[in-house]
Amino acid sequence: MAKTKKTETEQPLRKGGLFAYAPAPESPAAAGEIATSYGHFVGGEFVDSSGSEALKTVNPATGQVLAEFAQGTEEDVDRAVKAARAAFADWSALPGSERAKYLFRIARIVQERSRELAVLESIDNGKPIRETRDVDLPLVAAHFFYYAGWADKLDFAGFGPNPRPLGVAAQVIPWNFPLLMLAWKVAPALATGNTVVLKPAETTPLTALRFAEICRQAGLPTGVLNIVTGDGRTGAALTAHPDVNKVAFTGSTPVGRAIARQLAGSRKKLSLELGGKAANIVFDDAPLDQAVEGIVDGIFFNQGHVCCAGSRLLVQESVQDELLDALKRRMGTLRVGDPLDKNTDIGAINSAAQLARITELAEAGEREGAERWAPECELPGAGYWFRPTLFTGVSQAHRIAREEVFGPVLSVLTFRTPAEAVEKANNTPYGLSAGIWTEKGSRILWMANRLRAGVVWANTFNKFDPTSPFGGYKESGYGREGGRHGLEPYLNVEALDV
Amino acid sequence: MSTLAANAPGAAGGGLSDVAASEATLRRFLHGLPGVDQVGLESRAATLGTRSIKTTAKALAIDLAISMIDLTTLEGADTVGKVRSLCAKGLGPDPSDRTAPRVAAICVYPDMVATAKEALRGSAVQVASVATAFPSGRAGLPVKLADTAEAVAAGADEIDMVIDRGAFLSGRYLEVFEEIRAVKAACARPDGTAAHLKVIFETGELQTYDNVRRASWLAMIAGADFIKTSTGKVAVNATPPVTLLMLEAVRDFRAATGTQVGVKPAGGIRTTKDAMKYLVMVNETLGDDWLSPHWFRFGASSLLNDLLMQRQKLSTGRYSGPDYVTVD
Repeated sequence: MAKTKKTETEQPLRKGGLFAYAPAPESPAAAGEIATSYGHFVGGEFVDSSGSEALKTVNPATGQVLAEFAQGTEEDVDRAVKAARAAFADWSALPGSERAKYLFRIARIVQERSRELAVLESIDNGKPIRETRDVDLPLVAAHFFYYAGWADKLDFAGFGPNPRPLGVAAQVIPWNFPLLMLAWKVAPALATGNTVVLKPAETTPLTALRFAEICRQAGLPTGVLNIVTGDGRTGAALTAHPDVNKVAFTGSTPVGRAIARQLAGSRKKLSLELGGKAANIVFDDAPLDQAVEGIVDGIFFNQGHVCCAGSRLLVQESVQDELLDALKRRMGTLRVGDPLDKNTDIGAINSAAQLARITELAEAGEREGAERWAPECELPGAGYWFRPTLFTGVSQAHRIAREEVFGPVLSVLTFRTPAEAVEKANNTPYGLSAGIWTEKGSRILWMANRLRAGVVWANTFNKFDPTSPFGGYKESGYGREGGRHGLEPYLNVEALDV
Repeated sequence: MSTLAANAPGAAGGGLSDVAASEATLRRFLHGLPGVDQVGLESRAATLGTRSIKTTAKALAIDLAISMIDLTTLEGADTVGKVRSLCAKGLGPDPSDRTAPRVAAICVYPDMVATAKEALRGSAVQVASVATAFPSGRAGLPVKLADTAEAVAAGADEIDMVIDRGAFLSGRYLEVFEEIRAVKAACARPDGTAAHLKVIFETGELQTYDNVRRASWLAMIAGADFIKTSTGKVAVNATPPVTLLMLEAVRDFRAATGTQVGVKPAGGIRTTKDAMKYLVMVNETLGDDWLSPHWFRFGASSLLNDLLMQRQKLSTGRYSGPDYVTVD
């Protein structure tokens, strides 16, 4: 249970004063039955692993083990790739409108079972039910609906007259949005006629396995979707498999770099969705109340476990004090605790390892001279928790301004002119996202043209939509997911129709 | 609360008196307030609307909401009898359960103030009166002042005035400012006390959120004790985003000047669920300081019965029905 060391000094409980909300917990039973152990999903069946090694997935809010699951071996991976290869001929030959029917069916079942999936995701991942219910699951369904709509229109997607699927897609996804990242990858792959072998993250495999059940319920032909669980070793075996045509990875930059190295010289297509260190830039004429909300959404959404999180707040010096006062006041109202409580804003940190990393970086921030602030709030005794934290007086030279914390830690830097804002925002090895807050439309466009980031939000942050492409510059990766652009990494667009 | 004071918009040693020195300075000040992003404001209001209020928190919120109601009848057909029975209801909302709290005020037209005052004698329930050519506000200043003075003389504890939306929308801010000042002066009683002044913006007619923020500051600088969304007589009345915006304005105003101003959403708030959403907004935007009938009111006529039915449900475990609460 007590796997974590206490990261903060003990502070008094922040009761909501006169109007403390009573707990409003969602029932864990709504997650449906969680088996004690899981195998892989290959060729339409749940199968045992060829190896004997099993991993455990825990509820990060309690530290309790939820289930055991298989550590996929090279043999398991091979079996899954063979199943995907066997299914490819029929699946890719189906008319697009037929593939669309399956995707629409999956989308509808996801909607019908969304409460179950939302609760299961909260339990396995630690993120608050408010987010899984109101953000993750609606977006998962939306992605399947959206790409179902493209399945029979690929000839008109702007990729030439006869775009063809690539074959077997190997997909490796992270633990921060387990089901949403699955949807981002599986929906376009299936819509374009590819078959899939997907490896979910080792701390959050449960919703992917539940999704396999949904594919069975939808009658998806066997072998079109396969899921192999395990840690990085399984992922490496999957991306290295010689009969894979396409690799799609979302995760950390070091792992992405290793995959790129592994695939160099092969004919496999690769898309990478890696880390970020986004600048959220607030000008003095910004709508301040909404900017505060945007900053909070930017860094505390999903405990900051977001690759496009607005982890560097760049604020114009003239409004720094005013904005920081408002931000601290707002942070004081954030509710940290039980992810299944409908009133929880910030849930648990996904794993002990991640908590250790966040703790280490925050300590480095203090050591290097930045000033640390966090609201008073009681953290639960068991599980992995980190207070929403703000660092002021941060310089570009500090580690917390350069490295991806992937936690609820915001670094505040200042600027004086738009040019300085652009210079500081771009001064990072990453380039995934950025935010601009100003009432001046011309400045938004001027800034957006100069920011080296795949997504630039204006007067909002962390908004996602299946129609909008998402992806990075520099060490944030390459390739785009979402929108029409998200089809391209799964199509052979050079093929000539003779 | 003091942390903001030094840095809030417009803070100039706490004094905003120079702001209304001329039409130009007033316009400059109002247009210099931070803008409002519509999408962001509406999404924040919607998020606050998803808070789940149950069991003990719900019981507390229901009683709080009842005690914040300005129970209102503003009809051409109002009679002495109707007003009296409304007052009786305000004093003891639930005949079957005398632990139900009384409402904050009874809100009537000026000619009914004496009747209401008489019916509420000896109680702490206030009499609020809509004056200043309510609801359109289309009358000359002397008429509005006479309307106000008459209501105050008849014993009104609170005056709900409407601003001149025509003047506001055409940018004649100083005119609106001076009218509020004049009505505030007319609220004074011979004994040196004064009726509380609530300034109604009719936010549905102001159209933009920027206008709502400007109107809020304009009224507060002019001396409003309360700012109120609407008359309840137009198509769009109180909405959560507009109310949230006004709550932010009173928060910033207190930080800048040290003066606390109340907020009253009015019109269209009919259900317990709606009322809970507003209380959550107050709680998370302003906190305890505003969670009292002294600083937050609901302008409503049908809300009370729904609150009473929910209250009965909490105490008995069963839903009753409309015949278990009184119709007045």
